[in-house]
Amino acid sequence: MDHFPTSWGRPRTEAYDAYNTFPLHQRPNPGHKDAFAEGVQRTQQPIVTGTSVLGILYKDGIMLVADTLASYGSLARFKSIQRLHPVGSSTVIGASGDMSDFQYLQTLLEELIIEEFAEADKHELGPAEIHEYLSRIMYGRRSKMNPLWNSLLVAGKKDGKRFLAYVDLLGTTYSASTIATGYGAYIALPLLRTAVEGKEDTLTEEEARKILEDAMRVLFYRDARSLDKYQIAIVNDEGVTISEPKKIETEWGFAEGIRGYGAQIQ
Amino acid sequence: MPDGSYAHPQQRQFNPYTENGGTILAIAGADFTVIAGDTRQSEGYSIQTRYAPKVFRLTDRAVLAVNGFAADGNMFVKKVKQRLEWYRHAHAKDMPLRAIARLIQTMLYAQRFFPYYVYNILGGIEEDGSGAVYSFDPVGSYEREACRAAGAAQSLVQPFLDNQIYFKNQQLPPGQTRPLHLSLSDVLSIVIDSFTSATERHIEVGDGLEIYVVLAKGRGPQGLEAVRGAQELTTNAEGDRVFIVRRELKKD
Repeated sequence: MDHFPTSWGRPRTEAYDAYNTFPLHQRPNPGHKDAFAEGVQRTQQPIVTGTSVLGILYKDGIMLVADTLASYGSLARFKSIQRLHPVGSSTVIGASGDMSDFQYLQTLLEELIIEEFAEADKHELGPAEIHEYLSRIMYGRRSKMNPLWNSLLVAGKKDGKRFLAYVDLLGTTYSASTIATGYGAYIALPLLRTAVEGKEDTLTEEEARKILEDAMRVLFYRDARSLDKYQIAIVNDEGVTISEPKKIETEWGFAEGIRGYGAQIQ
Repeated sequence: MPDGSYAHPQQRQFNPYTENGGTILAIAGADFTVIAGDTRQSEGYSIQTRYAPKVFRLTDRAVLAVNGFAADGNMFVKKVKQRLEWYRHAHAKDMPLRAIARLIQTMLYAQRFFPYYVYNILGGIEEDGSGAVYSFDPVGSYEREACRAAGAAQSLVQPFLDNQIYFKNQQLPPGQTRPLHLSLSDVLSIVIDSFTSATERHIEVGDGLEIYVVLAKGRGPQGLEAVRGAQELTTNAEGDRVFIVRRELKKD
């Protein structure tokens, strides 16, 4: 909408020119149609962000974990944001990156699930379909040079089959038995691979939970954008369960003994 | 102006591309073609997954290998497969290889000003029963060749193929002529050696190897029955036949 009456041209009736706009001075740049064109912005960088999400396969299903922090740059802005989100009855997604883009994706998925429910044909979208849908959305938006700034994990179990896959702002997708986004890909993934690869079909729920909790503790020690409060999502034959937020047990005693970093030389 | 001040408008451009590593390779024989690719997908120094296929069976006589930006690659293969399905429904037969090659050129050039960042190698059997390899650049320039390597380790593998397939820089003993076409077992050895060597020297190559073999209609298995783990994917026993051979590569 152009809010400058002078750009609206000659009134259609002589009687109607309430603003007395014609003939008046020309606007400096008549070629400029929309005064707010420069206000149309695309996501050039994430603003409120979530850090890593980790996901592993275990004997009975898949586990995702994410902390509950949404940062504003280096400011720990929102300390109780849920970054794991159930979709349908057999899928859960975990998001890192821009939290407003993630909330937009949640509304899209909600719409999708309602449409599918309304069909009432006893079909349900499983994790593979949700992942395909998300990857098409993400790739479509990157192709419009207007990306949704997220790295997402999609996990689920349907018809006895476990599913764990990744999609990001470029539309890049892949599947593996252990996946981590963000800093987790550097810090936690090597630990997860050592603990999980080759043991996907034998790890118990307790063992898997322990592996993820240990990885989250290492991340909290080293990732400056992380929090010691996390949630775990489990998908197994019973469906999706997302835990209440839990605290990471930490031990900082060793810090006393560290000498020689930065300004502290004594 | 990159002086850190806010005096001038700042524009940060979103980069819609990335490189996902890996290498692909195809060699044509007299009546067969071998198309191969490793299965590692990486970004920067991180391995994203150890199994993401880059080589796809299109028809019983055509196999497409795609390398570069994985998201573009997957989308491109999806669209090529869709066009081939439409062709099948319209004409009640599979599209011939040279027609698929021209289709791929058209589809790539259609994106000339926002290209699919992928290098394609199409391999298979021509209508005359000869093995063929077509290689493409990201905007659709293509040619038919006897062999081609593309991707992260192209610069390591292609000179090796020039030497082993085209016999470049080889002095043959007097009176001896070089064979016009190599046997399937020789080609398979060269392919496997290419990938083990590329894995040694290139960090983005490794994990697994998928080798597709397309045999012309009515030809014998050419020693393929002796190859460990060869698995037939053919849907129509009367026509050309497609096989897949999987091998492990080093994972470090």
